[in-house]
Amino acid sequence: MGEIHLIGHPASPGLAVGPVAVLTHAAPRGAAKGDPVQEAAALKAAIEKAAAELAELIATVHGEAAEILEFQVAMLGDDALAEGAYEAVTAGAAADEAWRAALDAEIAGYRAAEEEYFRARAADLVDIRDRVLAGLNGADATARISGDSVVMGDDISPSTFLAVDWARGGAIALAAGSPSSHVAMLARARGAPMVVGLGPLPWNGQPSLALVDGDAGTVIFDPKPETRRLFEHRMAAANAAQIAADASRLKPALTANGRRIAVLLNVAAPEDLTGLDPAICDGIGLVRTEFLFEGSRGLPGEDAQYAVYRRMLDWAAGRPVTIRTLDAGGDKPIAGLTIDGERNPFLGLRGIRLSLARPEVFRVQLRALCRAAVHGTLKVMLPMIAVPSELEHANVMLDAEFAALKAEGIACARPPLGIMVEVPAAALCAENFGAAFYSIGSNDLTQYTMAAARDIGAVADLNDAGHPAVLALIARTVEAGCKRGVEVSLCGDAAADTRLTNALLATGLTTLSVSPIAVARLKAAVAAVTT
Amino acid sequence: MHDANANRAAQTFAPLTASAVLVNPVGLHARPSVKLTQCAKGFAAKIEIALAADGPWTDAKSPVKVMRVKAPQGATLHFRISGPDGEAALAAMLALVHDGFGEA
Repeated sequence: MGEIHLIGHPASPGLAVGPVAVLTHAAPRGAAKGDPVQEAAALKAAIEKAAAELAELIATVHGEAAEILEFQVAMLGDDALAEGAYEAVTAGAAADEAWRAALDAEIAGYRAAEEEYFRARAADLVDIRDRVLAGLNGADATARISGDSVVMGDDISPSTFLAVDWARGGAIALAAGSPSSHVAMLARARGAPMVVGLGPLPWNGQPSLALVDGDAGTVIFDPKPETRRLFEHRMAAANAAQIAADASRLKPALTANGRRIAVLLNVAAPEDLTGLDPAICDGIGLVRTEFLFEGSRGLPGEDAQYAVYRRMLDWAAGRPVTIRTLDAGGDKPIAGLTIDGERNPFLGLRGIRLSLARPEVFRVQLRALCRAAVHGTLKVMLPMIAVPSELEHANVMLDAEFAALKAEGIACARPPLGIMVEVPAAALCAENFGAAFYSIGSNDLTQYTMAAARDIGAVADLNDAGHPAVLALIARTVEAGCKRGVEVSLCGDAAADTRLTNALLATGLTTLSVSPIAVARLKAAVAAVTT
Repeated sequence: MHDANANRAAQTFAPLTASAVLVNPVGLHARPSVKLTQCAKGFAAKIEIALAADGPWTDAKSPVKVMRVKAPQGATLHFRISGPDGEAALAAMLALVHDGFGEA
């Protein structure tokens, strides 16, 4: 069989070569929900199957990997882990829902831990959760995917993605998918090359090896020896360039003509900061707080939120930290909070709209933020703002929570409140908002300006943050910030797309926020800007 | 089954208590938790751990519960043990902690 070239869209940069692992379709639950006794039996069987699979896997690895798996086996073998799930099953829940809820609660506990080490164990619990879920759904455990493989499939779920150790050099090649999906964001954050929209993949005669070019958006299956040799040569050159860029990671970002650009970090989960030196950045430009709300057993309490926010401020050691209030809805549903079945969730009750509609949930987050604000330089930003009254409403609520905390004698401070500029209306009328700062969310701003959904691969070409219309809205926001004397930053994926660095800085932007993996590359791109 | 034994034992044997400081690099994390619980399961005695002398107490035979304690390095780990082989269990537990679970 000759080599097969496929062209798609680049979703995460980098080059990779590896054996092909075909993603099995996550089959829906084979059997209908049974009575509590049957569900309990199904859960027990799935847990035992998962433990047996892990035991089998342990035999094939050694060292640290084996110890990690032994830990998972010990956890799975402990009745305390499934206690909550069995209780829910007895009360009438389906086994898979009950298990997911119980494990999500356990995972939330790890994520809220004080010590970084314990927080990092959340990934093991996710692994355990998904392996048992796969068993319940009658599918093969997705965790069989080895981290050095090229994962091939129609699409890949975030949990499947997260179950793989991408530090081992693997990559993703998808028939469908979108460069703006959450998995693509995760892939960029973890440095896993990813190509989407490849169209029909060669399912007949499964390929054994693939070369993935996440920069160009191409994949070559079963390459000829000469093709592979050239590709590996390019990989070596790219690695050398990366090492050079890493060396300048700790230096401030300066353009060729000496303009200082602030480089901030985007953080989607506390684990993203693991092992990072805060000196690589000028602060945190975006903390997504959705991860706090992922557990399906209720919403996070004030203390749990406070602990997480405080830890990020402690990490930043005085550098500014911008935390975004809950941005649920759209493609980020949260059980018990967002509205199910909205006809067009991207144009529905999401972001600040949802927070204002659910003040009892929003208040808890505002209180936790006020309490955390005494531990560093905290800024709070509101997502999906369209009109000034939304900001005013949030300001009144923040004032009230701050006053209430003070009256209770609890240590607190009132953080400045800024807005995300991601709705064209907000960009066009930015000057009319009494915001303490503006942060441009280029992903949503692009999709609302171009009317091209970010998770529909067929219109991915239209979803272009470099389009003059999008750049004009960015420039207009920068101008409003200058007039009002407040800071403007950009925290969407466009900030990390070094093909756009020139155009973005030309709008007058001086602050860009990117995922940690992109810092070195962005600083190198900034250094090449001459205007 | 362990619990049933331990409960019966607890009625007949006065609890032994002792404490030790966690010296291994990252506290009572995954590997030490597995070691601790495996060792504890080797005894009939009811074995509990806590971060304070007055509890709350956690079943040392459950890795899930031991991990929930999230004991960091430098923390003092308290033991409360009752059962026929309580003394041997206590000695084994303390030895594990003093050795830093073999990784200090």
